[in-house]
Amino acid sequence: MKLIHEFPVLIIIIPLIFALIIPLVGRLNRILPWIIASTITFFCFLTSIFLLFTVLDTGKISYWLGGWEPPWGIEYVVDYLNAFVLAVISFIAFIVSLYSGRSVEAEINEDKQLAFYSIYMLFITGLLGIVITGDIFNMYVFLEITSLAGYAMIAMGRKRDALVASYNYLILGTIAATFILIGIGYIYMATGTLNIADLQERLPALFHSKMVLVALAFFTVGLSLKLALFPLHTWLPGAYTYAPSVVSCIMAATATKVGIYAMLRIIFGVFKIEFDIHFIPIANILIVVSSMAIIAGSAVAITQTNLKSMLAYSSVGQIGYIVLGAVLANQTAMTGSIIHILNHALMKGALFMVVGCIVYKTGIEDISGLRGMCKKMPFTMAVFTVAGLSLMGVPLTVGFVSKWYIAIGALNAGMGYLIPVIITGSLLSAVYIWRIIVNIYFPDELPEPELLYTDGGTEITDNDTYSEAPWSMLAPTMVLAVLCIYFGISATAPLSIAEKAAVMLSQ
Amino acid sequence: MVTPLCAVALIIIFSNKPNLRESWTILASLIKFGLIVFMLPTILDGKVIECAIVTVLPGLDIKFKIDALGIFFALTASFLWILTSFYSIGYVRTLNEHAQTRYFICFAVAISATIGVAFSANMFTTYLFYEMITFSTYALVAHKETPEARQGAKAYFVFLFGTSVAFLLSAIFLTYYATGTLDFSNQGIFNDARGKGLSDIFLIVTFGLFIAGTSKAAMMPFHAWLPRAMVAPTPVSAFLHAVAVVKSGIFVVVKIVLHLFGINLLAELRLGIVLAYCASFTMIVSSVIALRQDNLKARLAYSTVAQLSYVIFGVALLTPSGITGSIMHIVIHAFGKITLFFCAGAIYVAAHKTKISELDGIGRKMPFTMVAFSLASLSIIGVPPLGGFISKWYLIKGVIEAGEIALIAVLVVSTILNACYFLPVVYKAFFKELPQGETTERKEAPALMVVPLVLTTAGTLLLFFVPSIFLDLAKMVVAGLN
Repeated sequence: MKLIHEFPVLIIIIPLIFALIIPLVGRLNRILPWIIASTITFFCFLTSIFLLFTVLDTGKISYWLGGWEPPWGIEYVVDYLNAFVLAVISFIAFIVSLYSGRSVEAEINEDKQLAFYSIYMLFITGLLGIVITGDIFNMYVFLEITSLAGYAMIAMGRKRDALVASYNYLILGTIAATFILIGIGYIYMATGTLNIADLQERLPALFHSKMVLVALAFFTVGLSLKLALFPLHTWLPGAYTYAPSVVSCIMAATATKVGIYAMLRIIFGVFKIEFDIHFIPIANILIVVSSMAIIAGSAVAITQTNLKSMLAYSSVGQIGYIVLGAVLANQTAMTGSIIHILNHALMKGALFMVVGCIVYKTGIEDISGLRGMCKKMPFTMAVFTVAGLSLMGVPLTVGFVSKWYIAIGALNAGMGYLIPVIITGSLLSAVYIWRIIVNIYFPDELPEPELLYTDGGTEITDNDTYSEAPWSMLAPTMVLAVLCIYFGISATAPLSIAEKAAVMLSQ
Repeated sequence: MVTPLCAVALIIIFSNKPNLRESWTILASLIKFGLIVFMLPTILDGKVIECAIVTVLPGLDIKFKIDALGIFFALTASFLWILTSFYSIGYVRTLNEHAQTRYFICFAVAISATIGVAFSANMFTTYLFYEMITFSTYALVAHKETPEARQGAKAYFVFLFGTSVAFLLSAIFLTYYATGTLDFSNQGIFNDARGKGLSDIFLIVTFGLFIAGTSKAAMMPFHAWLPRAMVAPTPVSAFLHAVAVVKSGIFVVVKIVLHLFGINLLAELRLGIVLAYCASFTMIVSSVIALRQDNLKARLAYSTVAQLSYVIFGVALLTPSGITGSIMHIVIHAFGKITLFFCAGAIYVAAHKTKISELDGIGRKMPFTMVAFSLASLSIIGVPPLGGFISKWYLIKGVIEAGEIALIAVLVVSTILNACYFLPVVYKAFFKELPQGETTERKEAPALMVVPLVLTTAGTLLLFFVPSIFLDLAKMVVAGLN
């Protein structure tokens, strides 16, 4: 058997093994864990790209763990949808690993740094596992791995509030996991199988069963909690705000996206769209809830003074967009939703990384800390501008692409009244982002600058001097910003994959 | 199109050497104008140049199509850019403005976006460049970085970006959903898609959204940004708020009327007449407001609001002469108003005066400037032998063709109001005594500023005697509609 055929499992196993190896070898050299983490995530990225191309070439890949035939054994399945999500997740994981080196040094206690890298690997393992598995119980297991790793990473924040945030997340995350587990229990009782492909076949006959209805209800609530759908988002702002910047980056860019993947997979893959619409009005409920998320999340973001919590609330709003696109349940909107998984990961990742750079240089997390920074950190601020404009949905950035699809999808679904919701969301995000961009380039009053020296009559002050974050942080951040533009100008490549995934889901 | 963007790079590179940096601006403006003139004969032959740049997503392309209307606008904008570049250099250097590099960069981006609007082949490309203008000019409006500048810039952004996202974007969504295309068509996209059973209500709502969304056209009640944006340095007000920003708004409205809806459809729904009355309202009311402004730039701003509505008025008549008049008014008003703004800037630079009440006798100190000012205001009023007469002539002809005689009264009243707010300024400048303590010694602004404004004045005269190129283009647009 060739190694290539083992890729679906290697992408899980390798980071898992290195999660254990890092604490051992990390004592030898301080930067070794960082190098290992970057190498491994790079490997994951290459593998997922390979899987993506294979899927595009040959269609669905199925891998039987240990050679056990499903439904007895666990099956790993790669199709259009999860190949796409795998690529997004592993790419972001790689970029964040590169970025993490200096940021972790600055923000996490020295004695916890080794633990961080080890847990980080576990976190990635969990994320990739959720996406690649074709077995619903296995999905639950990976979900728990991710969550446990997440609790630990958030608790590593410098402030004591991080512990509270982590504890909050722990409680709510556990409730969510329990709900999901109960849901799994119910459908296992109803169908006698845990394999997703099997479930797809057997469930339609049982759509009238009350047990299946209850299972869907449990899944919906559990998953909504996990992906922080308003009003079940309460754990998210605290977690993103107090976690170390690297952790905020990786969680904002990937963890909720995987939650959304799980939702797409279970609500549309396992259950069918007809079921969601005709048997219980779950789609309608989610449309209302996600519209509320778009408006409320963005509105609350305006009121925040802490940069990270502003971005966190903005995530709540953006998650609303993704869920809205998904539950409109037509091909166009679903394409928008799937492409927004990538787009939002790019822009929110970039924004949180910018915050990390600022914290690294100045230690300030407040919005006012950005005032007049265009001279000090021109590149970081340029990234902020680009990613911010994406968030506003300005054309030629990725934000516009997803918004376009979701809006046209809403019209195709005959729900023109959702257009104002979508538009209001982007106007509100324009308020909180543009306010900051103006402050960066046209500051109202600068904090009393420290006079450094005088150069031929012109006073050179602290505010004018160039003092940019280190390249190991800056370069990955800029890569994301460039992609925000690139995929905004030429979105055809990711769109074609997203479209295939949407077709697959809406069949 | 690309020339200014190359210039941006060069401006950044040479930001420390002012002379070199400005020469790039000038060079870019000349090359650009040259390119547009080079394309002119092809267009006059009745051909259309098309080029597709990139497909953003299936159904949405960035695509350019250079037709008569587009080249008409591009020609105006790029010619005036050359003059404005010279004028800007004079202005910012004399006043020793800060952040000059940023200033020239944003200027170059704004002009390339304007040309982008002029040449776009579909509504998506238009929208894209329309937003780009907003973003790039924001920095110009906020240039002074004083609290008032920031306030003005904020209002500017809220109005322009807010309405374009809230209304224009929604309207584009609806258009794409209903017709499946955004490519401009000569008879109008909606007119072509009549067979799909679109309800009247849907069309009326979409049209309303489109008009509300193009707030750059400054039709009431979406005009409030324009007077506030006058905090910008004067060359910015001159070029952007007499030519690039407002005219691109107007241009988009013209495109919407002619190429999205089509005159036949609008006539059938009687939306044209509604739009014409809205425009009339703006014409009268903002002229009355202009009467009461003492700040020269504010008066010019309200005059702009009124004059822009002339263009909308003309195209809303939906008759050949009306459309010709309205297209002609784009260029004629551009020349007239840019001269007036140039004069306001020259007065500010030479005498540091901004209020009309301070202008007593200034004609003796700055004869060139004030003669130019008088001629330009006469052109805007519509007195022959100045350009303004031509557009007004066509507009009146258009009204008669449309059979809405009541609207002639509007034109007459508005013309009287125009005279009321311009002539006192001229009178004061030439016939009143200078305030005590000021000598009658000649004190003009630097030549870099005076020469452009003399040239634009000459332009308004020329437009009366040899309007042929522009008039031909305008007639081609009208002919292309059938």
